[in-house]
Amino acid sequence: MISDKHDDFTPRITSFLCKWCSYTGADLAGTNRLQYPTSIIPIQVMCSSRVDPVFLIKAFLSGSDGVLMGGCHPGDCHYETGNYHTRRRFAILKEIFDSLGLESDRLKLSWISASEGPKFAQVSNEYTEQIRKMGKNPTRKSVFL
Amino acid sequence: MNSIVMKQDASTAIRELLAYLLSSGRVDAVLTMRQVPETGSCDLGLITDPSGMVEAEPFLPVMTANAGQALSSISMSGKRIAAVLKPCELRGFTERVKREQGSFDNLLTISSICGGVFPLEKVISGDLEKLVPRYIEKTARAEAPRGLRETCKACEEFVPMNADISVSVTEHGSLMHLHSDRAEEYTEGFEGERIEARADQSHIDRMMKSRSAAKGKLFQSLEKSSGLDGLVDLFGKCVGCHGCSRVCPICYCQHCDFESINFDYNQPYFQESLEARGALRLPPDTILFQLGRLTHMSFSCVGCGMCSDVCPVSIPVAGIFKKTGERTAGLFDYVPGRDSEEPIPVMVFKEEELGDIG
Repeated sequence: MISDKHDDFTPRITSFLCKWCSYTGADLAGTNRLQYPTSIIPIQVMCSSRVDPVFLIKAFLSGSDGVLMGGCHPGDCHYETGNYHTRRRFAILKEIFDSLGLESDRLKLSWISASEGPKFAQVSNEYTEQIRKMGKNPTRKSVFL
Repeated sequence: MNSIVMKQDASTAIRELLAYLLSSGRVDAVLTMRQVPETGSCDLGLITDPSGMVEAEPFLPVMTANAGQALSSISMSGKRIAAVLKPCELRGFTERVKREQGSFDNLLTISSICGGVFPLEKVISGDLEKLVPRYIEKTARAEAPRGLRETCKACEEFVPMNADISVSVTEHGSLMHLHSDRAEEYTEGFEGERIEARADQSHIDRMMKSRSAAKGKLFQSLEKSSGLDGLVDLFGKCVGCHGCSRVCPICYCQHCDFESINFDYNQPYFQESLEARGALRLPPDTILFQLGRLTHMSFSCVGCGMCSDVCPVSIPVAGIFKKTGERTAGLFDYVPGRDSEEPIPVMVFKEEELGDIG
């Protein structure tokens, strides 16, 4: 396993962003010329609840150093209740990771609205820094997954 | 609670009850374990003729298929069925009903305080004949028989949760407890002394003690398989047959996502993986499959142990699902199969819950 924790590397953070909030928030951050790291690899989804936890696991096992899930604030879902379901599924996924001794800190759920460009930039920066401290995901090089 | 005292042993008494239900026309069919007396071979069977009852072994400590899964489709046929189920089978069935894969409408459920079942290898090896008499003796004394399924040894849900009729066998005799109006109605006219009684609590407590200890041991033994390296080691021998999901009472999807085109990889995928990692495990995705299945159904896992039992390479799947499932269900104070009215955790939500799960 690779444990170059102090290596100043650029993490790869696969980010599933809801079209109605977090993705637009990322756009806003861009138009406002706010800096956020290139580690964020955005994937637009129609709703955070469209994301089967299996997608997150697949991203994790494929070597993403972090997996970010961005959705609307509770109560603000474009489809009314999607993000409440996301929240439960995410809690279940984290619990599974914890119970199996996997690094659940590599999974992050964040509520970012369409008007929160600065928050998107802040979350991206902080999460990237956190992941950088954790080091590369051992699944990057682990073969027999 | 209204109970019927059984004069003979529990198996004989339930066999008579089932024959009575069939011959009086109260039910159209009976689902029970069967054992052919001459050969000793056993299976789960649906019987419609009262004379077929000679082969019924309602409490045979074997699970050839989770009867909850088997009952799923036939429970919606409109026929009235009496089903003898182990507590975990009943819970598995209840979980299926919640997923609209079964119905209690025409069903009389009969269950018992369960001593556990033997792995299928004991049936194949022919050891069952020797093991059963000792099993009956031991369970009557609330002791744990040897050689049971690992999850059975560690099962704390051995008292049926929502059966119409439950059977308790203690050293003081056997009782049939009637829990519902349907049970009263169906057993009307069936011979046997009626008394007010409950299952012997001290018997249950003694069983619980050994089960809890075994559960601690089982979970402890799984610790070594934790972490990425542990999982790679554990699932390294997986042949990818997906038998564990086929026999699972909860996994009901006719078209499992993991067997769909989504996971049918093509040449560029292999090329890419090889370039990134320098090697590739085949078949791919064995850990993804188990982690994915955990997210889909672990909170509903009833710990029946079918998955471990059918695993051709002896991966302790059931232990992992039971251990993780207790935690995921625990997030929502959910007990799988406790109550058919209790919604599945992923189908509902509260506006305020879980706090900051980041």
